[in-house]
Amino acid sequence: MTVLSVRDLEVAYKTQVGPIPAVRGVSLDIESGEVLGLAGESGCGKSTIVNAILRLLPAGTQVSGEVLLNGEDVLAMKPGRMRAVRWTQASVIFQGAMHALNPVQRIGDQLAEAIVIHGQADEREAMVRVGALLEQVGLPPRRLRDYPHELSGGQKQRVMIAMALACSPSLVIADEPTTALDVMVQAQVLRLLNELQRELGLAMLFITHDLSVLVEVCDRLAIMYAGKIVEEGPSQEVFGRPAHPYTAALAAAFPAVGDPRFRRKPSGLGGDPPQPDAVPSGCSFHPRCPVAFEPCPDTDPDLYPAGKGRRAACLLVRDGVEVTS
Amino acid sequence: MSEPATWSGTSKETATPVVEVRDLHVSFQGRVGIGAGLAGRSATVARAVDGVNLQLHQGEVLALAGESGCGKTTLARTIMGLERPKEGEILFEGVSLGTSTKILREYRRRVQIVFQDPTAALNPRQTIYESVAEALRIHGITRQDGMPEEELVARALARSGLRPPERFFLLYPHELSGGQRQRVVIAGCLVLEPEVIVADEPVSSLDASVRGEILKLLLGLRDDFGIAMLVVTHDLGLAWTIADRVAVMYLGRIVEIGPTEEVLTRPFHPYTQALLQVVPEAGGLSRPQLTGEAPDPTRIPEGCRFHPRCPQVVSGEASAAGVEDRCRGEDLALIELQPGHFAACHLAAARGTGTLSPSPNPPRPAEGT
Repeated sequence: MTVLSVRDLEVAYKTQVGPIPAVRGVSLDIESGEVLGLAGESGCGKSTIVNAILRLLPAGTQVSGEVLLNGEDVLAMKPGRMRAVRWTQASVIFQGAMHALNPVQRIGDQLAEAIVIHGQADEREAMVRVGALLEQVGLPPRRLRDYPHELSGGQKQRVMIAMALACSPSLVIADEPTTALDVMVQAQVLRLLNELQRELGLAMLFITHDLSVLVEVCDRLAIMYAGKIVEEGPSQEVFGRPAHPYTAALAAAFPAVGDPRFRRKPSGLGGDPPQPDAVPSGCSFHPRCPVAFEPCPDTDPDLYPAGKGRRAACLLVRDGVEVTS
Repeated sequence: MSEPATWSGTSKETATPVVEVRDLHVSFQGRVGIGAGLAGRSATVARAVDGVNLQLHQGEVLALAGESGCGKTTLARTIMGLERPKEGEILFEGVSLGTSTKILREYRRRVQIVFQDPTAALNPRQTIYESVAEALRIHGITRQDGMPEEELVARALARSGLRPPERFFLLYPHELSGGQRQRVVIAGCLVLEPEVIVADEPVSSLDASVRGEILKLLLGLRDDFGIAMLVVTHDLGLAWTIADRVAVMYLGRIVEIGPTEEVLTRPFHPYTQALLQVVPEAGGLSRPQLTGEAPDPTRIPEGCRFHPRCPQVVSGEASAAGVEDRCRGEDLALIELQPGHFAACHLAAARGTGTLSPSPNPPRPAEGT
């Protein structure tokens, strides 16, 4: 069953100089029990997609397209319905757990609040449920009497995960859930998320700039550049054998330790990711692309088939030329 | 088997290291509340750097890796003279720094630092020209190599990849991208023609596609000017890409140091092995990992400081090799197990150099296979 289906999503932020497009026509689907990874650099529009799915964008933002959550169009919902859907059908694990928790409230109360507000239980039952949730994320239930400052970074992130699961949603969006964490703790949190996702059969949208993390946890990957998806497909294949030159460059930024191909050979792209208000013409990647040719500055490529279950937005893929050297 | 040599802080290499650190200790005093003070309790002391010996040679890139809280940034800051060591000394070209202001001033010209976040490192109200020229003015340099200030600034900007440099003179940091800002910070170092650059997570705040270019720049500086570099990072992939040698820190000590190929593909220390196992990679979630959080430098365990988390102690490997009591009770220094490759591990020392543990990270299969 398709839990989330995004169709031709376009988002433009309102600014003093007119609307600035942040997402320029994105379509994606997530089946139940599937983890989709969305990767891209800062400013590529990946967090805007999260906010569009839950309608958390600032007033005045132009949004078009469709966001179907369990078959219902989120963009057409009335505010009351929207409030009910948030958290019970789709929840978010935000980045920076340090700042997402209320410092003057016990974590048990914060978790129970979400359950009570959504009318899923009264306060007594909610507390019992909170204890079970904490246990599920690997914290002893007695910690529900702790304040956020009594927890370490990894423990706080575990609380955020418990919070996202509090109302048993069918879709969990993880927006850079491990960026602020240390390497060792990051591995622990990733494993926990992976176990919970399998156990509960959750659909998950996993967003990060760290491609190597996505390969570890995701079934499929979508790579974004300048507000568009430029490549999608099974994660190991996309990372291991990129079809789009941008994916290739991004993958090379996460070298495998022990692999002689990366030893003393840092590789990167010249230039910088484009600003949303100055996206280059044609293929938006062409000014930085090592393999660009004549038609690239004028032709904006669609997603072309690039092998089984894979698509890539590159004219070379359309012409059947192998990109990866 | 002959007794393996212990790491004494002196190298077999004849050349004097550019920077040498001998038995360095840095600690931070906690505060005591009035109540606790009256009750006779004393402040907790965090031993952030707890006995480090390190040498950095000319033209060498040394990566300093470890979890947050292991003391790697404190070590780098102390080498820069930004923290005062409690014990031990820092030598520059064989001369101890001591507390002489004159020596320190000269030292601070020749050893430069690149911070993690270029946006925080640059003054938002200063133009790029001012930011780079400030270093010259602080050190009272008006001419160098027969060039006036303006040419020196232009040369530094060009060397860090901002060409043509004149175009950047009057810009402000907010007008540049993250990668360009980091280049300005690097130009601010280069303008003083340093012998050593200490880089604290130089690319972790930059976008992934930009990182490679900054790393290329840093490696180029080493090749062109013979600048030695101490790169502090939590990212072993980064260490693999640029470093000649890797030092792994745990709870204020270096627990393993050696050539990058050795340390990252044939590690001796169980902590280095654990770090390598959590490098994100396809299928990596099924690999064993350490439990618990980064350790607390106010409570350093007796014996080998890693023993409470050590998988070899937990699994009984150490006990089978007859070293468990030493792991729990006997602190140890770095032991040379292979030429130039040192580790502080009782078990590895007992096993000697014969049995190397297999690499936890075999190379990724080549593309197209």
